[in-house]
Amino acid sequence: MSSPETFYDVFRQQGISRRSFNKFCSLTAASLGLGPSFAPRIAHAMETKRRTPVIWMNGLECTCCSESFIRSGHPLVSDVVLSMLSLDYSHVLMAAAGHQAEAALEETRTQHAGEYILAVEGNPPLNEDGMFCIVGGRPFLEQLKEMAAGAKAIVAWGSCASNGCVQAAKPNPTQATPIHKVIRDKPIIKVPGCPPIAEVMTGVLTYILTFDRLPPLDRLGRPEMFYGQRIHDKCYRRPHFDAGQFAEEWDDENSRKGYCLYKMGCRGPTTYNACSTVRWNEGVSFPIQSGHGCIGCSEENFWDNGPFYDRLAEVQTPLGVEANADKIGLTAAGVIGAGVAAHAAVSALTRVRNPNSGE
Amino acid sequence: MTSSFESKPRPKGFLSAVVHHATEVQTPAAKIYVYEAPVRIWHWFNALCIVLLVITGYLIGKPLPSVEGEASELFVFGYIRLIHFAAGQILAIALLFRIGWAIIGNHHAHQLFLPPLWSAKWWREVWHEVRWYTFLERTPKKYVGHNPLAQLAMFFLFLLPLLNAVATGFALYAEGAGTDSMWYTLFGWVFTVYGDSMHVHTVHRLTMWVIVCFSLIHIYVAIREDIMSRQSLVSTMISGWRYFKDDRE
Repeated sequence: MSSPETFYDVFRQQGISRRSFNKFCSLTAASLGLGPSFAPRIAHAMETKRRTPVIWMNGLECTCCSESFIRSGHPLVSDVVLSMLSLDYSHVLMAAAGHQAEAALEETRTQHAGEYILAVEGNPPLNEDGMFCIVGGRPFLEQLKEMAAGAKAIVAWGSCASNGCVQAAKPNPTQATPIHKVIRDKPIIKVPGCPPIAEVMTGVLTYILTFDRLPPLDRLGRPEMFYGQRIHDKCYRRPHFDAGQFAEEWDDENSRKGYCLYKMGCRGPTTYNACSTVRWNEGVSFPIQSGHGCIGCSEENFWDNGPFYDRLAEVQTPLGVEANADKIGLTAAGVIGAGVAAHAAVSALTRVRNPNSGE
Repeated sequence: MTSSFESKPRPKGFLSAVVHHATEVQTPAAKIYVYEAPVRIWHWFNALCIVLLVITGYLIGKPLPSVEGEASELFVFGYIRLIHFAAGQILAIALLFRIGWAIIGNHHAHQLFLPPLWSAKWWREVWHEVRWYTFLERTPKKYVGHNPLAQLAMFFLFLLPLLNAVATGFALYAEGAGTDSMWYTLFGWVFTVYGDSMHVHTVHRLTMWVIVCFSLIHIYVAIREDIMSRQSLVSTMISGWRYFKDDRE
C-alpha cells in the first residue's frame, strides 16, 4: 500500500512508454491551462515524488462521482491517475472488503497522519446522531471526523459533499450537511457538480499532487480554473441569447435551429462550471449541446430552486400556494390597483358629501 | 403675500433638524421653499430610470418572442440588457449624489433617509394620517415636508427596496463581468447574504415588484393629496415651492 516508489516507476511498471508519459504531461499542462513550459515540471514531479495516499470515503451519495471519475477523458489518463495516487481506501474501487478494508483505513490514518488527502463523496446526515448513514457498523459522521483529523487536505467531491445536493433539499429529514459545515479546521476544496466532470476531478487531483498545494479557490472554495465562469459565459448558444433568439417550446422550429434555451429555464446564467468548455464524455457534448437546458447541478440549493423549466424559481408563500416572483408581484400590483380605484371612488364620494373637508 | 414668507429657510444644522422633525406648520403660511433644485431633478431623473429599468427588467426575465434572422446581425436582447445596465448604473450614481445632498442640503433633503422611528409624537401623527386615509378624520394636518405616513412608506417601501435593488443588481452584473472584476469585489458579498445566484435573481425580481407597487400608491396618493389636502403636492416637486390652501393651523 504505502510503497516508496515514485509515480514514474508505477507508470513504467504498467508498461507505459516514456513517449506516452510525456504526452500525458503535456496534455495535463494544457488541460490545467498552464502552458507548454509546465509539461517538464509535471514530468519532473512525477519522476521524483512519492505517491500521495488518498482515502476516498462515501457518505450519503449515489456514487455518480466515482462513476464520473473512472471515465476520465483519455482511458490512459484514468489508468494513470489511479496509479498516480496511492488509493488506499475506496468502496467502489478497492479489492478488499469488510474488516480488511476498514483495516486499510486505520493503517493509513496512523502511518500517514498529516500526509494523506481525504476525498469525500457524499455527506454526513446529522439527525439521530448520524444514524441515517452507517459505514462498517459506525455512523459515517464519526468516521469522517476521525479521518479528517489526520488529513492534509480534504477534497469535497460533487454537490453532496460541497452543497448538500438532493438529500439536503427541503425538508432535509436526515439533516444531511455538506462537509465544510462539519469539518472546520482543514483546508477543503469543493468540486461541485452532480457529478463533477471527470477531467475536472482528475485535473484537481493532478494539480494538488504536482504543486503540493490546493489550486487557487474562489470565494466559495471551488477551484477557479474550472468554476471561475458560468456555463452561460462560454456557451456556444450565447450569440442567440444576445440576438434575442430563444426556443419557445421543446419541439418548435427554434429549438431545432439550436436557439438559446433561456426561456426553457436553462440555468446556464446562474451556474459556475466548466461544462461549456471541457464538456463531457471526452469532450463529446454537454446538456445544452444535446438540446436540454442546464439544471444548475453544481449550484447550491439547485433542487430547491425549481422548476427546472422556468426562469423564475418557485417562492415559498405563507399559505403554501405555488408562486414565483412574477405571480406574487402581479397579484400584489393588481390588489393595490383595485384598492387605489376603490379608495379614489370613496374619496370622490366623501368630497361630494363634504365639499369643505380638507380646505 | 409678504416677502418674509417667500424667503428660503436657511439650512438648519443636521442634528437639530432630526430633533425638530415635527414639520407641522405652526404659523399660517402661504408658500415655503421646500425642495431644492438637486432634489427635484433627482426625483424626476430617478423616476425616468425606474421606468426604463422596470420595462427592460421585466423583459429580461420574460423575453419578447424570438426575432428571426442571423444571430450575427442581431443584438435585440443585448440592447435591452444594455439599457437596463446603463440605467441601473446611472440610477446608482444619482442615488450616491442624492445621499450626498441629504448631508449638505436643507433639512427636507434628508427626510427620506431618516424617519424618526424613535419618536412617539411622530408615530401618533402616522396614526393620524392612517385615520385620514381611512376616512376617519375629517381634516388632514398641514406639513411643509412629507407627512409622517408618507415618510414611513418612502423609507420602507421605496428607499430600502431601491438600495436592495441596486445591491442585487450590481451583484448580478458582477457575475457577467466576471469573478475577477471590480464589481465582484464590491458586490460579491450579496451572494453570501442571499445564498446562491438564483436566490439573488428572485430577490431582485421581487424588489422590482415592491417598487412597482410603491409607485402605484405614490402616484395615486400624490394626486389625491394635491386635490384633497390643504397643500400643494405635485407642483411642489416641480417648482420646489409648497403652497398652502388655507391659513388655519
